[in-house]
Amino acid sequence: MSAEVDVRAPLSLLPLRLEALAFVVGERRIIDDISIELGAGPRSVIVGPNGAGKSVLLRICHGLLKPTSGVVHWNAPEIPGAPRRQAMVFQRPMMLRRSAIANVTYALEVAGVPRGDRALRAREALERVGLARLADHPARVLSGGEQQRLALARAWALRPEVLFLDEPTASLDPGATHEIEAIVRAMHESGTKIVMVTHNLGQARRLGDEILFMHHGRIAERAAVGRFFRQPASPEAAKFIEGELPW
Amino acid sequence: MTGIAAAAHEAVGLVRGGDPELIRIVSLSLRVSLSAVAIAAAVGLPLGAAIAVSRFAGRKTVIVVLNALLGLPSVVVGLLVYLLLSRAGPLGAFGILFTPSAMVVAQTVLTLPLVAALSRQVIEDAWAEYREQLQSLGVQNARAALTLLWDLRYSLVTIVLAAFGRAVAEVGAVMIVGGNIDGVTRVMTTAIALETSKGDLPLALGLGFVLLAIVLAMNSAAQLLKESAQRRYG
Repeated sequence: MSAEVDVRAPLSLLPLRLEALAFVVGERRIIDDISIELGAGPRSVIVGPNGAGKSVLLRICHGLLKPTSGVVHWNAPEIPGAPRRQAMVFQRPMMLRRSAIANVTYALEVAGVPRGDRALRAREALERVGLARLADHPARVLSGGEQQRLALARAWALRPEVLFLDEPTASLDPGATHEIEAIVRAMHESGTKIVMVTHNLGQARRLGDEILFMHHGRIAERAAVGRFFRQPASPEAAKFIEGELPW
Repeated sequence: MTGIAAAAHEAVGLVRGGDPELIRIVSLSLRVSLSAVAIAAAVGLPLGAAIAVSRFAGRKTVIVVLNALLGLPSVVVGLLVYLLLSRAGPLGAFGILFTPSAMVVAQTVLTLPLVAALSRQVIEDAWAEYREQLQSLGVQNARAALTLLWDLRYSLVTIVLAAFGRAVAEVGAVMIVGGNIDGVTRVMTTAIALETSKGDLPLALGLGFVLLAIVLAMNSAAQLLKESAQRRYG
């Protein structure tokens, strides 16, 4: 961090503007006409019942899926092949068959970080997620919680402007979940925009600044976290919070 | 029965005594098949990886053809390579028919589809698991193929060893393009075929033992390598 020059392009990635976004598979409109803007700052948490289209929306934003129609507009458009300024953490972390630290340096290499800086930056990231002592362990034999922390370290080392998280704690126990949440909080504090999908309403309450409630492929409601849980504006959101909608 | 026992006894003697003819035949076999498999791996693995991670028109057809070539009869390969390399053939100018080089060419043609088809399958299965994460990191297809080749190296070694097993054990292709010339192109399988028909069972059996031992050793090595890698890397 210290002696390094900030080589980030001066133009911020954010805000991210989605215009009339749709994702259709056969007859199903998985994403149905979504137009929103996500700005720098608040942690945006996307909640909603199963099949609402949350994960698909996240993948479209991150560029892993192409929308059927509509526009994903970043303030500073990404250049194909150039280092990415956004990262994503998935529900099930994918680790390469190499050591924990090598998984991080691999990501740094792809991002064009000079060879000499990679090890230091990777070690720093591992320390921040509490995995420094496991740096040389094979990544795939780490526990589920450790692998997810490693996935966060890999993302953090890249110093992304935006971090997408797709139910990062869905398959973890409460202890591991707590650790993941602390790391996400710290990343947010270090200036990374957080966009997270979660099934866990407690987590949405703990980590979110604003809630985007999805239902049937649409954003049914968008509100500050306190207001959303106190007095949801839409009947679907009220039902969802009551636990009447499946999630 | 006693004839077989006597032949087996004599065969063991040949192997243990390091019979020069036996050694010459075995070493030519190894040289030819290892060279062929090295070329097949150098071309087939990247080819398999490239097909696995890329999308192009006619991809399905390529895969079907590649898989069909897995069952390619070695005599047919021998015949095709023979036609290519014979004096009147398109590659006749090289003049390598009935030399070990021709045998390397034939076994390369025989094992290349095997390496490419099986590695394509293994890599494509892994790609389903790796794709989103690698694309998220901004990994382009060429680098993804290399990453997968390295990450799956232990599974791929097994494929290469299987290809070697096929090469060293086949008789049809090397017989046709090599001609089984004593001291020049005689390998284990062609020698076994010849000695058996001549009735020289000890040499045939001795070579059979060696061939079996090589194939067995290769497969155990592959198995051990894969297991230890799985324990270490998960």
